[in-house]
Amino acid sequence: METSINKKTSLDRKFDKLREREETGKPRKGIQNRALSKMLSNKLAVIGLVFVSIVIVASIIAPLICKYDPQKVNLRMILKPPSSEHILGTDKVGRDVYARIIYGGRISILVGLGSAIGAALIGVSIGAYTGYRGGWIDSLILRISEIVMAFPQIILVLLLVAILGQSLMNLMVIFTLTGWGGLFRMTRAQMLSLREEEYVQALQAFGLSSFRISFKHVLPNALGPIMVNITLSTAMFILQEAGLSFLGLGVPLNIPTWGNILNVAIDLRILEDFWWVWMPVAGMISLFVLGINFIGDGLRDSTDPSLQG
Amino acid sequence: MNNNREIILKLKNVRTYFPVRKGVFKRTVGHIKAVDGVNLEIYRGETLGLVGESGCGKTTLGKSILQLVKATEGEIIYNDKNNERDLRKLNSEEMKDVRKKLQIVFQDPHSSLNPAFTVFGSLEDPLKIYGVKSKAERRRIIGDLLEAVNMRREQMDLYPHEFSGGQRQRIGIARALCIDPDLIVLDEAVSALDVSIQAQVLQLLKKIKEERNLTYVFITHDLSVVEFVSDRVAVMYLGKIVELAMSEDLYENALHPYTKALLSAIPVADLDRRKERINLLGDVPNPINPPSGCPFHPRCSMSQDRCKIEVPHLINYSKDSNEHLAACHFIN
Amino acid sequence: MSLDKILSVRNLKTYFYTNNQCTKAVNGVSFDVKKGKTLCIVGESGCGKSVTAYSIMQLLPKLSRIEEGEIIYHSTNGDIRIDQLSRNGKKMRSLRGEDIAMIFQDPMTALNPVYSIGFQIGENLKYHTRLSNEEIKSKSIELLREMDIPIPDQRVLEFPHQFSGGMRQRAMIAMAMACSPKILIADEPTTALDVTIQAQIFELMNKLKQDHETAIILITHDMGVVTELADDVVVMYMGNIVESGSIEEVLRSPAHPYTKALLNSIPVLGRGKNQEIKPIRGSTPDPLNRPKGCQFMPRCDFSDDKCLTVPLAVELSETHTTRCWYSDKILQDE
Repeated sequence: METSINKKTSLDRKFDKLREREETGKPRKGIQNRALSKMLSNKLAVIGLVFVSIVIVASIIAPLICKYDPQKVNLRMILKPPSSEHILGTDKVGRDVYARIIYGGRISILVGLGSAIGAALIGVSIGAYTGYRGGWIDSLILRISEIVMAFPQIILVLLLVAILGQSLMNLMVIFTLTGWGGLFRMTRAQMLSLREEEYVQALQAFGLSSFRISFKHVLPNALGPIMVNITLSTAMFILQEAGLSFLGLGVPLNIPTWGNILNVAIDLRILEDFWWVWMPVAGMISLFVLGINFIGDGLRDSTDPSLQG
Repeated sequence: MNNNREIILKLKNVRTYFPVRKGVFKRTVGHIKAVDGVNLEIYRGETLGLVGESGCGKTTLGKSILQLVKATEGEIIYNDKNNERDLRKLNSEEMKDVRKKLQIVFQDPHSSLNPAFTVFGSLEDPLKIYGVKSKAERRRIIGDLLEAVNMRREQMDLYPHEFSGGQRQRIGIARALCIDPDLIVLDEAVSALDVSIQAQVLQLLKKIKEERNLTYVFITHDLSVVEFVSDRVAVMYLGKIVELAMSEDLYENALHPYTKALLSAIPVADLDRRKERINLLGDVPNPINPPSGCPFHPRCSMSQDRCKIEVPHLINYSKDSNEHLAACHFIN
Repeated sequence: MSLDKILSVRNLKTYFYTNNQCTKAVNGVSFDVKKGKTLCIVGESGCGKSVTAYSIMQLLPKLSRIEEGEIIYHSTNGDIRIDQLSRNGKKMRSLRGEDIAMIFQDPMTALNPVYSIGFQIGENLKYHTRLSNEEIKSKSIELLREMDIPIPDQRVLEFPHQFSGGMRQRAMIAMAMACSPKILIADEPTTALDVTIQAQIFELMNKLKQDHETAIILITHDMGVVTELADDVVVMYMGNIVESGSIEEVLRSPAHPYTKALLNSIPVLGRGKNQEIKPIRGSTPDPLNRPKGCQFMPRCDFSDDKCLTVPLAVELSETHTTRCWYSDKILQDE
């Protein structure tokens, strides 16, 4: 008789608990909605969600939590280290660093989210219709998107900034124009597979127009990955804006954004001796983008139907 | 049954070919001859069974009738109150008018309903398009439809994933009924269901047909079900109809060698009816490269030289008023 | 008539733990498999028939386990308790393929598209036998020939996509039979195939049974298939066996309301358009919200309050068993 010793693994113990719950007829506790419960069990996603929410709320209620006007120049308080007066010290012209970061968040988040949503609106609408219809229009727009995406985005942005000039609005328009390609292709890919579903054929049998079928009936099913992509695009645009503003090519310097606050770090002296001017901002950018990425990962895991558990 | 001989749909030499494209420039190198010359008359009020194995073209034929797939050649003439129209020649406005009358129920209960909408949401759109303006009226109609398929009115606010396969199939049937069609194509409508649920749905289909005076085209590969459900049965092989007869005549007196082999191959759940199996050689053929002459000749035990060259036509072998057509050179 | 048992399953319970819930997929199942005979496990979706088969092969997914019960393989070297072997241990792996083999429903996904058929059959032989590469190659060709695949010496080098559905299924059977297993488990092997191809596969399986004395466990939902192939039948519902016996006994005198209702609800070829089919009312209960007592009670026309207690097994003959308080009534009712 062959036997082997059955060790009780931690998996086994988990199973025992579930079995006991089933047999004693306890009702299913916790959250019923599977997507929500999966999202909340992903600790990183929760941390990201909390952090990002705090930052967004802070930037909205900025006037309530900042003592100083971020634009106010105070030549008597140049480059002062953190103190009870200025929590994060002052910058090269005496402006309160803390206030600049909070107010700067407004613009950075606006640019990031705004561009992501703008790119999504264009990319998703076009992708939904052409992906569903197919034919020559689909091929044409596909080629156009490939051309746009073939350019390194930074180069394209620099080119357009040089042509259109620097301003907040221009930057958002440029980001949208260069960034719609990714979402277009993703939406199109979703539509290509979803349009073969039987309920789509049933709708065709009713003579509904392609427009109606693709937008009203099929697109809602494609939204899962699209939402994930929007969150991750936001992160990407924030980083891009920061990068450009750091180089002085993004939002003009008079409007504070995280990127152009960081701009001062080009000066080696500031970098070495006056850490409070650039390190908090750099940390804020990193943590915020990381937080968004965690949220995106959590969203993706929770909406993916193939993952077990 | 055959006293009501009004023809509702007439198919003349219908062919549906799908081009096979290869290479960078997508040159057409051949065609999949899914439907390869079908002539058929469907009578109002009957259930016509369309049977065959995979690749025979039955599903493509069903979809070609509904113009979900465009037939390449032939005429599909729909007769509506003595107004005959060739569906292939209609523009989209005229076709929309006809679509009210021709509907389809699909096989897979999992993808046949939009998971993002409630039952009400899925069903109200067609009603909106066809002129039911008030929401209250739409709710009333959908409620009536759900009751007609033995479900409860309140269930219209639930989502597809909250229903079982059998229930989803019934919702699919309710959807096909929502704008009052004349003819419904049932494309393997019970094949994906559990056996005991199949019976429920079949009974339901019978009831609805009688109540609303519908015509069914029942596409399936399951001959036991078709025998039970159909008035007439058409057997398809590689895009052609090889035999067409009244249901009883087909089962008692099959003429075409393929039909005989098919009938003998089916496992029967009755110990007293197990019979000698006719085993066919080879595999179900590929519609890209159909054999010359009679499409069945490579697998037929009776095939001779003539079969390789000449395509047999459907000839009526019946002595009474009911037709029994078969396409074979060697029926006496 | 001493019928050698090759496999015995006693009170098998397999539970699933997905979605943080305990689902009792198989809840106390017992049956015997005899040498050289075909046992059909028949039931509708969700009854636990596939899970039973996978439990025997210990091929269950990660979030599940065999809770209780015994799976005893009566090998030539004595009895082996399969349920006590570790899932991917050496002993279990040596049983798989050599003593017990399995074929699956969808031949398209069950074969690896990037390796030739010959290679895949060869893998099985390489692991379980000590044959040389030359011998493995010729044995593979032999196997394909035995499965009635034409020009096997050419076919053995080809890839799955070059085979049709029916031939792929034969190739899979060839792989399974490579080491002449004592038991072949077939999980809905013909459901994805056309009827005429299905008939060919049945012929093949009967032939194997005779030539190799292989016991076959056939999982299916199609009563027609059961009638054609089975020597013995086990009918499952909601994780339990409701009736078991020889094919004659179960088909001619079903003793459980479910078996009887099932047989009455399917159209049978040859009975004509006016045959009476009676659907089973209601639907299969939610496994997470089971009825008390006999699982079939809510849908049964013969039930009463006694059925709130789970019925005990009743032996109607040496081979025919059922779990119903009112089996007498069922047997008499016609």
